Amino acid sequence: MNIRSVKEFIIEKLIFLSGIASILFVVLIFVFLLKEGIAFFKEVPAGAFVGGKYWYPISDPERFGILPLILGSLLVTFGAILVSVPVSIASAFYISEVAPAKLKDILKTGIEMLAAIPSVVLGFIGMTTLVPWVKKTFHLPTGLTALSGSIMLGLMAMPTIISISEDAINAVPKSYKEGALALGATRWQAMYRVVIHAALPGIIAASMLGIGRVIGETMAVMMITGNAAVIPQTFLQPVRTLTATIAAEMGETVHGSNHYYSLFAIGIILFILTFIINITADMFLHRNKK
Amino acid sequence: MVENKGKSQKEKGKSQVKIEVKELNIWFGKALALNSLNLEIQANEILGVIGPANSGKTSFLRQLNRLNELELSFKMSGEAFLDAKNINQLKPEVLRKRVGMIFALPQVLPMSIYDNVTYGPRMHGINNKQELARITEEALKASFLWDEVKDRLKEFATKLSGGQQQRLCISRTLAVRPEVILFDEPCSGLDPISTAKVEESMLRLKEQYTIVLVTNNTKQAARVADRTAFFLMGELIEIDKTHKIFTAPRDKKTEDYIQGKFG
Amino acid sequence: MKTTTKQKIAFSMLFLCTIIVILPVLFVLGVIIKNGAKGISWNFLTTMPSDGMRQGGIYPAIVGTLYLVSLSIVFSLPVGVMAAIYLNEYAKDNLLTRLIRLAIVNLAGVSSVVYGLFGLALFVTFMKFGVSILSGALTLAIMNLPVIITASREALASVPYSFREVSLSLGLSRWQTIRHSVLPFAIPGILTGAILSLARAAGETAPILFTVAAFYLPNLPASVFDQAMALPYHLYIISTQIPNISIQTRYATAFVLVGIVFTMNIIAVVLRARLRKKKKW
Repeated sequence: MNIRSVKEFIIEKLIFLSGIASILFVVLIFVFLLKEGIAFFKEVPAGAFVGGKYWYPISDPERFGILPLILGSLLVTFGAILVSVPVSIASAFYISEVAPAKLKDILKTGIEMLAAIPSVVLGFIGMTTLVPWVKKTFHLPTGLTALSGSIMLGLMAMPTIISISEDAINAVPKSYKEGALALGATRWQAMYRVVIHAALPGIIAASMLGIGRVIGETMAVMMITGNAAVIPQTFLQPVRTLTATIAAEMGETVHGSNHYYSLFAIGIILFILTFIINITADMFLHRNKK
Repeated sequence: MVENKGKSQKEKGKSQVKIEVKELNIWFGKALALNSLNLEIQANEILGVIGPANSGKTSFLRQLNRLNELELSFKMSGEAFLDAKNINQLKPEVLRKRVGMIFALPQVLPMSIYDNVTYGPRMHGINNKQELARITEEALKASFLWDEVKDRLKEFATKLSGGQQQRLCISRTLAVRPEVILFDEPCSGLDPISTAKVEESMLRLKEQYTIVLVTNNTKQAARVADRTAFFLMGELIEIDKTHKIFTAPRDKKTEDYIQGKFG
Repeated sequence: MKTTTKQKIAFSMLFLCTIIVILPVLFVLGVIIKNGAKGISWNFLTTMPSDGMRQGGIYPAIVGTLYLVSLSIVFSLPVGVMAAIYLNEYAKDNLLTRLIRLAIVNLAGVSSVVYGLFGLALFVTFMKFGVSILSGALTLAIMNLPVIITASREALASVPYSFREVSLSLGLSRWQTIRHSVLPFAIPGILTGAILSLARAAGETAPILFTVAAFYLPNLPASVFDQAMALPYHLYIISTQIPNISIQTRYATAFVLVGIVFTMNIIAVVLRARLRKKKKW
């Protein structure tokens, strides 16, 4: 009896520790990014870092301006939003409101499969199919462009946006729709006049989480956007994103160099960015539940 | 435990207070579910508790084995005693082992009949096969289920009929040898024949156990309870010998309820 | 225009959009199977690469990925399941619980390359595990935690509340109740989540870039403190860093990676479907 209660006491303490482990890990991530990145801001002021137009980390003198990288990320993300958000919301409506049960299962499985394909594989397929296609279609010197990145990342954001939007649509009380139908509205009218309004906070949250995924995405974007650290003018030129910069350059830095620290500084910016996006999206989701 | 039972049997002649409730208030959130309840339950009696929905009868019942405190919004004041010992000073496990409970719907666990009955004893550390077999037989006999299932103890319990499942639940509770058994509308989902069997086992059980029966079915209370308490909107309106409650209630509200004028 | 005609047009548009999502999946899989399947041979799967990856097989990359993934689940499954137990069975509705929930949402949203940086700073550098299987597996484990917690929590929540009441009313302690009346019925759901998280970990590249992955190693790793090759990283380098590799080798590597990931997914889906059918409560 006594041994049992001691055992249970230990187990329940372990359960509690595991419960709060997630908080610990978020804090640890932030602390360790800061630990390695903060030193960099002593060398380069934050303003010059974020606003600087030139990223020449290994030339002499070194220049650490990440404006081109930020703009590269923004451009690719913006394009990806255009590609994925409308299509994803439409599919979410089709799957949850229109599709017959059997087709619904097939479509959902298809979307789960899309989510399951590793990013590096999509990057590779992008290189062999999408990139040549973009090059040929737009008569460009190279198909490694922001456009290719936007299309591929748009595709990768779709499963997130669709599944969370679908949850939001399903959570709309049946009575809303039935009320509209009882007044003689068609299913389509009920959908765009009633359901979409009730589901809107969830759909916004879904889109934000999709965007969060796009900003954080690394491998595919590194493989198909060309990685030129210049301020982008159009979708049809190579760009370099924040994530790709870290992934491509960390392997070549000298531990303890300014370059090494600067990549952690970029990591801090990415972490804060996704943190804000996720918290905001969660607020929308939470509001929807009430 | 065994000593306890011996004592209760020895003193069976005179009435002995098994459970005493003093000034008990229960809240869920801001809603008052039970309002300053005072009540005694004698050993080896069946106390029937009747009343309409939201009368506080289930909150009362679930307080006796402290299941209420699983609700996050639960708050209480006042005291309840089991054998003159404040139940809040007992460990909940110890209390619940002594005060068993049968729920409204038969809640069999998705395992074999045998595993259901021996679930409690095994968890309480009884591992001897023969001992477990003996407990099983005894518990199943007490709920009149033994003859129906003795050849298929390894079968899945969910295959039994609703009435059989509820009697299995009774056996499962008996197997941990409680002193008090709480029945929370145990026949609400059962047909008349199954109900009769459950009631028959209750009448048999009171020889050894103290029973509190919450029921929506006033006739059931009339059939099996020694005394009956009538609850309304969180208050105890009246408690008396069952035949008095049903033939000459003191309170007009009790009479109206029994005659089916509301509820 | 008649409202029913409008509806027909609208629904067709919605259907078209759904097709736009599904077609690329079929296209990607089709391309990989068509170009990759013929490159698969016993030899390809079981020999070391040679001639600067241009010849030979991908055996060490497969082995490395299996090591990484299995070690990561050893860390993430217990912590994830216990965290789910805490949230579903113990947690009260208070600030701490809300903080945990927010933390999980954030862990799920952190960029994979930021996990890589974190693993580099904490495990490789600070804890001095070096660039090793251990560092990589720990990084992947933390990254996978939200998936496991969410799936396990769903599995626990799907066990009827009455099971807990029954068990408690028999005088069992809280932990006994969870251990014997809740967990056994949640295990299939938890396993499904665990396998899905394994599949995800197997395909991740960015978190292992700086924590474990090696370009080429002549020998298989001998301990958790060794570097290892890994399948997704291998695909990355042979498709971007090494010129003149036959396209078939690249496709075959992608085929193997997708094959591993999808096999795990299918196992998880089948398990989930069977569980739904079998449910007896």
